[in-house]
Amino acid sequence: MAVAKPDSAQAAPGVALSSLDTLWFQVAGTVCNLACTHCFVSSSPTNRTHEFMSLEQVRGYLSEAAQLGVKEYYFTGGEAFLNPQMEAILEATLEVGPASVLTNGLLLDPDRCIRLEALATASEYSLDIRISLDGYDAASNDPIRGPGSFDRALDAIRNLVAVSINPVLTVTEVHQDSASAEGKQRFFELLRGLGVDKPRLKVLPVFRIGAEAERSGAYESWQRLREGDTPENGWEHLQCSSCRLATATGVWVCPILVNEPTARMGESLTDTLGEFTLDHPACWTCHVYGVSCRT
Amino acid sequence: MAESMDKRTHERLSARDDEFAREYRQRLTAHRGKATWGERLVPLREFREAAAASGRQGSAKDRAEALKAYLRSRSDPTPVEGPYSRVAVFGGIYNNHYALAALLEDAARRGAEAVYCLGDLGGFGPNPESVWPLLEQGAVRTIQGNYEESLAGGREDCNCGYTDPRDNHFAEISYRYTEEGCSQEFKEYMGQLPLRRRIQVGNRELLLVHGSPRRINEFLFHSASPTPFLEALLAQNDCDGILCTHTGLHWHRALGDGDIVNVGVIGRPANDGATDVHYALLEERQGRLRVELLPLRYDYQALAQEMRQEKLPEEFVETILTGWWTTCLEILPPRERAASRY
Ligand code: SF4
Repeated sequence: MAVAKPDSAQAAPGVALSSLDTLWFQVAGTVCNLACTHCFVSSSPTNRTHEFMSLEQVRGYLSEAAQLGVKEYYFTGGEAFLNPQMEAILEATLEVGPASVLTNGLLLDPDRCIRLEALATASEYSLDIRISLDGYDAASNDPIRGPGSFDRALDAIRNLVAVSINPVLTVTEVHQDSASAEGKQRFFELLRGLGVDKPRLKVLPVFRIGAEAERSGAYESWQRLREGDTPENGWEHLQCSSCRLATATGVWVCPILVNEPTARMGESLTDTLGEFTLDHPACWTCHVYGVSCRT
Repeated sequence: MAESMDKRTHERLSARDDEFAREYRQRLTAHRGKATWGERLVPLREFREAAAASGRQGSAKDRAEALKAYLRSRSDPTPVEGPYSRVAVFGGIYNNHYALAALLEDAARRGAEAVYCLGDLGGFGPNPESVWPLLEQGAVRTIQGNYEESLAGGREDCNCGYTDPRDNHFAEISYRYTEEGCSQEFKEYMGQLPLRRRIQVGNRELLLVHGSPRRINEFLFHSASPTPFLEALLAQNDCDGILCTHTGLHWHRALGDGDIVNVGVIGRPANDGATDVHYALLEERQGRLRVELLPLRYDYQALAQEMRQEKLPEEFVETILTGWWTTCLEILPPRERAASRY
């Protein structure tokens, strides 16, 4: 295949922050109770690259975020609910804005779901729970997410439905047909079968970094953004033009580059209101596939 | 095994000895003392040191300045219309000329001195061009919605930004129908409408936009628009209130020093099981904005009949007759979605 040679003399473009709308929290660091083969963060039970965030740390960022007028909060990891303070963190967040949690569902037992429902009802703002799955059945899901993970995610969905929380099913395009109209339809059917009468679905592309690089091969050298790639309307379609990621050790540009130390932009949110240089192959995926990790 | 390891996964893995189980087990511990840096596995310390050395750490003064610059109001040359003592503001006609006629009557009866429309004249309902003479007769001051922007700009779609194939299917039907039913003159009229207006009601200066002051197709839903966010919007736009539409659901939040009003739409009901549509009546009382979000009754049976004559989808007709949305529900945040029938 003929591939355009990169002009190495050309610098990577910079993306300005047009407004800080979405604040992510790497709330469980890189610690997970699973070790999915496609995890672009390479999370696992022993990955301490990023540690849990404390309630105090989250509170600090929340008050800064409120001053900056942040519109929505997202929680990810690792497995968010491994963080022992997760529910207190959600309670504090729901006082200032809407919250979404990305989870594999393993820790969503009936009791926790009842507590989550109480948190949701007490707030003026929406609480969204996003459950990850990578196949319509155990045979296609478990080889990616781990043995038994399919059934466990389904249990979580049932437990949420029992307390009237309608989760968003999040699927990556590990299986190529997931994003097709029929693929989506199958996931909708799966949800309906679990008692979800208003099924919601989010499909994400895979990032060939982290564990996924080992699974399907890393990026090639031409898959980088250059100054000349800047679209007419600028980079507003990239989520980094409107998001930042808070971690236990400072603020990163976005949830995708959390394993890139140079993507740490500063200590506080106000330190990170400047431009970021799109000098990473994952930025190429964002641009080409128009990715946003938001719901 | 680390304590965060899921026990049941662990048990099932231990029971197996195939290649997958071996590989997965290895991944469980691969990061002990290590970090992934891009595509390499490096000692944890190396990662942490590199991260600590990256980025800025501003002084308290730097931060205060950055915050101030961020919240600074952007200069806006939009002229201020008014002052009025009472105005009616509505959005999303969606070709519903029955509701528009009812609104003009109702607003006049209630003593509105001016009537403003926040855009989205077309879509959903029948015979797009029939709203135009009413807008002229009622001297309605209109801004562009994403529909007008798309139609005037010759876009292929309404720029509503749906991802669900079913939503896109219905959005396409209604856009194509409206596109074909609009004359070139009507599209030109749409194209010359301003993107925003400013009005003065009593001593309150209000900014009128379609989606939000930032984007024509940004959704401002009640449960997804936190107060601090709305306060920042007011500060950045140097006004005492923002009026918007685009979501189809009306709401009002009084802030410490201003008001945010989503005036809703008159084109279809507010997904609440009632056939009425909604608009806003605004006036100033003792230095504060008084906001009334009024239900508006109109001849919805006649509308449904005309939609059927035009062979518009029965799903749309159902919404008009029942008050429940049947399509484009994916845009709703969890709270608003939970309150809907579908
Ligand atoms: S990975 Fe995507 S979101 Fe992150 S900085 Fe690059 S382009 Fe922006």
